[in-house]
Amino acid sequence: MLNSDLMKETWQVVATQFPLALWETIYSTLIATLFAVLIGLPLGIILVIGKKDGIRPLNPVILKIIDLIINILRSVPFLILLVVVIPLTRLIVGTAVGTVASIVPLTIASFPFVCRLVESSLNEVDGNLIEMAQSVGASPLQIVWKVLLPEGLPSLLSNLTIAITTILSYQAMSGIAGGGGLGKVAINYGFYRYKYSIMLISVIVLVILVQLIQSIGSFIARKCDKRLK
Amino acid sequence: MIEISNLSKTYSNEVEALKNVNLKICDGDIYGIIGLSGAGKSTLVRCIDLLEKPSSGTIKIDDIDLTALNDKQLRGKRKEISLIFQNFNLLEQKTCLQNVLFPLTLGSHDKKQAIQKGMDLLSLVGLQDKANSYPSQLSGGQKQRVAIARALATDPKVLLCDEPTSALDPQTTTSILQLLSDINKKMHITIIIITHQMSVVESICNKVAILSAGTVAENGKVDEVFSNPQSNAAKKMVFPEGFDDIINRKEQKKFIRVVFDGEILTERPIIAEMTTQTQTLTSIFYASTKSINGKVYGSMLLSVQNQEQTDKVLDYLHSNGLIAKEVVFNA
Repeated sequence: MLNSDLMKETWQVVATQFPLALWETIYSTLIATLFAVLIGLPLGIILVIGKKDGIRPLNPVILKIIDLIINILRSVPFLILLVVVIPLTRLIVGTAVGTVASIVPLTIASFPFVCRLVESSLNEVDGNLIEMAQSVGASPLQIVWKVLLPEGLPSLLSNLTIAITTILSYQAMSGIAGGGGLGKVAINYGFYRYKYSIMLISVIVLVILVQLIQSIGSFIARKCDKRLK
Repeated sequence: MIEISNLSKTYSNEVEALKNVNLKICDGDIYGIIGLSGAGKSTLVRCIDLLEKPSSGTIKIDDIDLTALNDKQLRGKRKEISLIFQNFNLLEQKTCLQNVLFPLTLGSHDKKQAIQKGMDLLSLVGLQDKANSYPSQLSGGQKQRVAIARALATDPKVLLCDEPTSALDPQTTTSILQLLSDINKKMHITIIIITHQMSVVESICNKVAILSAGTVAENGKVDEVFSNPQSNAAKKMVFPEGFDDIINRKEQKKFIRVVFDGEILTERPIIAEMTTQTQTLTSIFYASTKSINGKVYGSMLLSVQNQEQTDKVLDYLHSNGLIAKEVVFNA
């Protein structure tokens, strides 16, 4: 009797809360990823081409500053960052609460990570190819567009998949400080109201999401890699 | 004409890779630059194409000094020199045709014309049917052919080949060298080949420079340098096992160097046939040959008794399509 009541209640929460929560999780994760890539990709490119023996060496002081900012942002735990950037979030979004507002701390927490991933992907590109491009008269910008990015694409896509799954887990964490989505449902119902079944189901849905993203990402990365076929 | 004058390169760690290199390469030459590893060959290639800035000296192509150009001018001038690399350096994510077109896509170009040109170049190297294949689907020799087609896309005056055959087996090496030689003759493109393999120089070059410890030890026509090596570096090339033994010998002997380039079948006892047919007493002083797909590759140093025998042996070897030259040894 008790058991069936619990199931009924759980089902009700799942049916009323989960569709919206799932949607919030997905869109805020994807938008935060988009912004993180928009900031992290150019920064990663700058770090690779601007280094001392890169294709367009930059002022080492500028590089050091970028490097330092990225390291600092990467060392701050996400939960603390979430609180620290509240004034900035208010400034940009107008409020610090809600799914849209959570995109700001998500972006700030993840662009340094994306930047490092881009850096490592592009560093994997064979330096001899860059030399080849230079020898036929390619400019630094052409080398980025026609050699570094296309040749690093499979690796960039694998790393993008890693970035999305990481941002997804941050997104779930943002539920504790005003963010929406599955994390919020898990905390509000599962933690504060002792409905452990809801927490469990939220986690299961998150696990399925990560699995899906990872499979699709790996598939696409494999599909567009022209090596080893 | 390419004129390299007083070229030196010292790295920041004080390693002197090149010391006062002077070379003159005329239009239409196939110029071999040979040296053991560490001789400064790669540095020389990179300096000729200004991928690395020389510490001092000039590189003139048709009287234009490359070292005096700014980045943008240099990018334009580089189209006249095309590089061929040991590891081919093809873009792995692009098809063969896209690889060949790569240099053209850097400037303004007509797409249709470019594709036509790319296909023409691919058929020149015998790979028109691989236009839409990716490099990973090709063999090493095919990759180098695509790289050669790419190098020709900018209508260069000079092909600068950095160990173009070192990653290839002897049979493929022969076919790639044949292709380079054809390009030199048909398209009147000057070719510079950097290599550590004497056989490469002997089979297609007309001139050679021997690079040793960052300096040019000896240069001139291939026949002359290899048949009468003056410098120690050149002697080491011709007598790979050392020449102390020759110095210590009292009797006068004649030496003949024979290069096997796959013309002779392994089962054919060519040296035995030669001694019986020419009635000469030939001894094998040094030999390094191997059989690949039933054909012989490598080189031998033969010694015979006198001038008359030398002529007979040379005649016999030449009539069998082998590269053979008398070598004079100066102690």
